Amino acid sequence: MSLDLRLPMGLMFTLTGTILTAFGLATRRNEVLYAKSVGIDINLWWGAVLLVFGITMLVLGRRGQMRSQREEEQGSATPASKDRSPGTPAGVRDQGSEEGKRPGVH
Amino acid sequence: MQLTSVDWLIMLLYFFFVLGIGFALKRFMKTSKDFFQAGRALPAWICGLAFISANLGAQEVIGMGASGAKYGLETAHFYGIGAIPAMIFVGIFMMPFYYGSKARSVPEFLRLRFDEKTRALNACSFAVMTVFSSGISMYAMARLIQALHVFDALFNSLGWSKDWIFTFAILLSAVIVLLYIFLGGLTSAIYNEVLQFFLIVAGFFPLVLLGLKNIGGWSGLKAAVPAAYMHEWRGVLHAGTNPMGVDIIGLGMGLGFVLGAGYWCTDFLVIQTAMASQNMEAARRVPLIAAVPKMVFPFLVIVPGLIAIALPTPHTTEFVHTENGTIYHEINVVPQQVEEGHGLIPAKVDPLTGKVMLDASGHPILDYDLATPNMLLHYFPTGILGLGLTALLASFMSGMAGNVTAFNTVFTYDLYQSYIHKGASDKHYLAVGRWATVGGILLSIGAAYAAINFNNIMDTLQLVFSFVNAPLFATFLLGMFWKRTTGHGAFAGLIAGTAAAMLHHGLTLPLEAHPGIHGGWIAVLHHYPSDMAQNFYGAIVAFSANFIVAVVVSLFTKPRPDEELVGLVRSLTKMPSHAHLKWWKRPEALAVAILLAAIAINIFFA
Repeated sequence: MSLDLRLPMGLMFTLTGTILTAFGLATRRNEVLYAKSVGIDINLWWGAVLLVFGITMLVLGRRGQMRSQREEEQGSATPASKDRSPGTPAGVRDQGSEEGKRPGVH
Repeated sequence: MQLTSVDWLIMLLYFFFVLGIGFALKRFMKTSKDFFQAGRALPAWICGLAFISANLGAQEVIGMGASGAKYGLETAHFYGIGAIPAMIFVGIFMMPFYYGSKARSVPEFLRLRFDEKTRALNACSFAVMTVFSSGISMYAMARLIQALHVFDALFNSLGWSKDWIFTFAILLSAVIVLLYIFLGGLTSAIYNEVLQFFLIVAGFFPLVLLGLKNIGGWSGLKAAVPAAYMHEWRGVLHAGTNPMGVDIIGLGMGLGFVLGAGYWCTDFLVIQTAMASQNMEAARRVPLIAAVPKMVFPFLVIVPGLIAIALPTPHTTEFVHTENGTIYHEINVVPQQVEEGHGLIPAKVDPLTGKVMLDASGHPILDYDLATPNMLLHYFPTGILGLGLTALLASFMSGMAGNVTAFNTVFTYDLYQSYIHKGASDKHYLAVGRWATVGGILLSIGAAYAAINFNNIMDTLQLVFSFVNAPLFATFLLGMFWKRTTGHGAFAGLIAGTAAAMLHHGLTLPLEAHPGIHGGWIAVLHHYPSDMAQNFYGAIVAFSANFIVAVVVSLFTKPRPDEELVGLVRSLTKMPSHAHLKWWKRPEALAVAILLAAIAINIFFA
């Protein structure tokens, strides 16, 4: 099994975004608190941005995870050499068809 | 500073994920290749972001903010000239050799290309320097935590003495980094570096937005600082006409060519992330991918410094008003060090006398390092403040982790396997690598504590390291592009370059400095307008000395036969061809695009 970085990262940003958005909603219009941030409800807005980012990462990560699972199941001979594939630690594939692997012999 | 539970929650969440990633990766760490080289299986975008994140340590985030406050936008030169060309060069021209040679580290590449003694020299000096850098990161982070009073309230409520905050901060960072690298090796370090990258953007982008909004946008910022601060290239032809006191030759050759390339093209700390890629094409793109955020980062880390100095300096104010016949005097007292500072940047206070420190002309010396942290405290309410602080801590930790993984690889492969115990099983080296991680962290802690008591020694050591680093690039250039370079030549060149750097430092002095740590400890033959100018020209001297000596000695010594150098030298290696890819997917296309973008940005902010 491989670990696509976008999954834990997406999860972390989703959680952080949720916390900030929730806190932002709870303290909305609190002028004393937001006097520092030029009157903008920064927790709310930035929390929302992070939430969107986190969810995007999760979606991309899931898609990448499913694609690599499909590739594995097909027992595909194509080595993990596409740039779009998720971070695959060598536990799964070790041949690595690195181009230029044999120096000078092309 | 008042941190509420929301702030702590965000911080704890980050620590949890960072350790969690380490634990999750543990089961993939079966061989030493997995542990030290991430199995050479990571995609380009991850390695690319880790490449730049490894560099984004304490020095970058805090230092660039400080430089932005001190010198203005000219600091962006560090990125433009110091990094981008070097990153393009290493990706397009040097990666085929680093990656293609299958070397497991930069010193190992030197062994393959030259000989054992060149490797030994590089491995030893690098191991010491990288552990030292890690210690400095730890020290800087602990100092900052102390200065910002992050843990004060926590310690008060727990009834612990505040004197332990420094130790606590050091141990906290050490244990976290140790755990996730011990478990997940380079992969864990790289994954966490990417996480830290996004976190730093998440922490600093709103800061820049708020700051610019507060000060009236870009034009507002322009109006509030000296004109030279807003222009990267103005007055750069002569040292006297720009804030940094350097001239175009010093800047171009010294910074761009030697120092920039010396770091980005040879430092295993960053090269390590590129060598973890899954194939040659990915490896070549890694530095290029990294160059993209590198171009944009100035706005994230330098602008806060600019805004900090542009804001009005707080003064003690008295506000008198009458209400119902009673006269009220509202006095807002501002501490002396803040009042005598500039903008958000306080003056430095002598810890012994409690008085503001003054420079030679009687002006208060400003504590520029506090520019960025004070910006965070100034604009962020609780909630996002937790995020900002976490971003700051993350930047320190990503620098440390890169150093520790570089150390454990160089120690295990280049020192242990080569000189102490050859031919052992892979499992053995994997175990050694883990223990080397522990050892590396312990040494870093030692360096961090030494920094408290021996501040001058630390400065001296950093100076010595700059002597060792300055000539490095010449060795690699000659090695990769001139097959006639021999091991003896390379070795002699490295020694000569370092010696030249030392001599240059001993014989020159920046204006207004006293002989000693700033130079001139042999005799003062020449004055430079600034510390930086001396630094840059020293780099040029070191590079040239290395180059000349290496060439001369190589011509007098016997080179290795061509067959042994295939794949290590340009003239004997077929460069990887990417003809099967569409033209816009090739690394070369990306390189050209980045170059054009960098030029465009420079023209815009000229």
